[in-house]
Amino acid sequence: MATNAIAVSGPRSLNFGYYAQIFRKETKYEFVKMLRTKTFSLSVLGFPVMFYLLFGTSNRHNMFARYLMPSYSCMGVVSACLFGIGMGIALERAQGWLELKQASPMPRFAYLAAKTISCAAFALVIVAALLTLGITLGGVTITAGEALKLAGVVLAGSLPFTAMGLLIALLVPASAGPGVINLIYLPMSFASGFWMPVEYLPHWLRVITPALPTYHLAQLALHIFGYSQAGSMLTHWEALAGFTLLMSGAAWMIFTRSEARA
Amino acid sequence: MSATAVITATGPAAWPVPLSQSRTVAKLHSVTKRYGQTTALDNFSLELRAGEVVALLGPNGAGKTTAVRLLLGLISPDSGSVRVLGRDPRDADARTRIGAMLQVSRVPEMLRVREHIDLFRSYYPNPLPLAEVIRIAKLESFADQMFGKLSGGQKQRALFGLAVCGNPDLVFLDEPTVGMDIESRRALWDEIRALSAAGKTVLLTTHYLEEADMLANRIVVINKGKLLCEGTSAEIKQRVSGRRIRCITQLDPEFIATLPTVVDVQQDREAVVILAERPEQVVRQLLLRDETLHGLEVAAAALEDAFLALTNDSASAQA
Repeated sequence: MATNAIAVSGPRSLNFGYYAQIFRKETKYEFVKMLRTKTFSLSVLGFPVMFYLLFGTSNRHNMFARYLMPSYSCMGVVSACLFGIGMGIALERAQGWLELKQASPMPRFAYLAAKTISCAAFALVIVAALLTLGITLGGVTITAGEALKLAGVVLAGSLPFTAMGLLIALLVPASAGPGVINLIYLPMSFASGFWMPVEYLPHWLRVITPALPTYHLAQLALHIFGYSQAGSMLTHWEALAGFTLLMSGAAWMIFTRSEARA
Repeated sequence: MSATAVITATGPAAWPVPLSQSRTVAKLHSVTKRYGQTTALDNFSLELRAGEVVALLGPNGAGKTTAVRLLLGLISPDSGSVRVLGRDPRDADARTRIGAMLQVSRVPEMLRVREHIDLFRSYYPNPLPLAEVIRIAKLESFADQMFGKLSGGQKQRALFGLAVCGNPDLVFLDEPTVGMDIESRRALWDEIRALSAAGKTVLLTTHYLEEADMLANRIVVINKGKLLCEGTSAEIKQRVSGRRIRCITQLDPEFIATLPTVVDVQQDREAVVILAERPEQVVRQLLLRDETLHGLEVAAAALEDAFLALTNDSASAQA
């Protein structure tokens, strides 16, 4: 008994400060890492900005300059989460790095939270860039309230797509990751009104659209600027919440099952 | 005697108990671990006592890494038990006192060495100062480089830095010197000896016999998931205390194997290499039976030979 007690005692200071410190550093370095990984940061930041320069500024005298700000913001958060989480975790798992982290006393929650927060931060940078472009080159006027609401919707949107990214990381081997993620993300973007209002889509596609989580996110963001379709916003929030639960539940199930088998 | 023992164990005077050399800090007890059809570890037991350096020695696929992963709580055994620092290795509290160096194919490349270490330090309640870690693992010359720019040896040193940065009591090093040149290998050996001198318990896996010989108080030889033997390097060498005979002969190796005291016969290009307890007897027989015999050499058996003989024994015992 005495030796057991000795084995577990010793200097321990696993208090709030200890966890706060881990959380802060994990998040900081995760964000720095994503920023420095050019294939990630350039594509995730670059595509919405480039698309806006091409299609937003050329439509500066009609609604599209305004419409594309929230819709490309949605595209930004979805791609940041799917690539950042999906690819990020899949790669670290394949390389054995995740195992080294799991062997360390790092709390698992800190690892996931750091990745989620970093992706959300990326999404906010995209929102800021798009709003700046819209105001300066797109000739759009927006209120501070609209900007804040958009940031809020984008932040909330990072949760369902983080969960989806996590599920992808668990199911798809790292080498196939970029292909699979693009196959999921590009058609979803197109079919959900990220690139043009859903009213312009072919009829058969508009039947599928309400089943896509990206559609509900887009409706919430577009609603702020008055471009959403008729209907209650509550339905869209519920759909996103349900999707988050579904994705994280599936990810949790697969993860615990693989752990039990290990 | 037993009465006093009871009193000291329960009375307040027994608190705190000094760390004794014989205290077990980690234990695999009759562990079996299968991956599909292959049995990675087969009824394998291992005990690490406080302050010792143990080398787990064996060829590739012997089950060394499986043993380390079990002790780290990364996988669980199919049967048998794993205890580390008196608890389940999955326990977060146990992990704050353990450092590990695993075989990582690639590390996140876009962080500097210094940043990775700063991050890993934060996981431990009482880490070593950053400068101290850099000094111990000899990272001065590339601490500010991105991980992705490091050479193989530098990467191993950085991973060693991550393993020791939390000032752990128990350190697992899985193939620590893989991909290192001679010079950095020796430098890392010095650091492992320094860990041991500081009272840490170290388990290292290796397939370099020299490494086990140089570092370990105790060598555990393992092959195909089974324990072959364990002891000090001197004891293991004694297992094959004979000599190695090398010669070019027309005699059939199968016949040579039947000669008295022959432990092992290997073909090495045109020559045969014979391990034998009493080389004089064997050489006499060889010369008597083959007048064409030439190129005769007799040398002391290296640990390498002992190891070969041991692993061959287990292979033939299974066949």
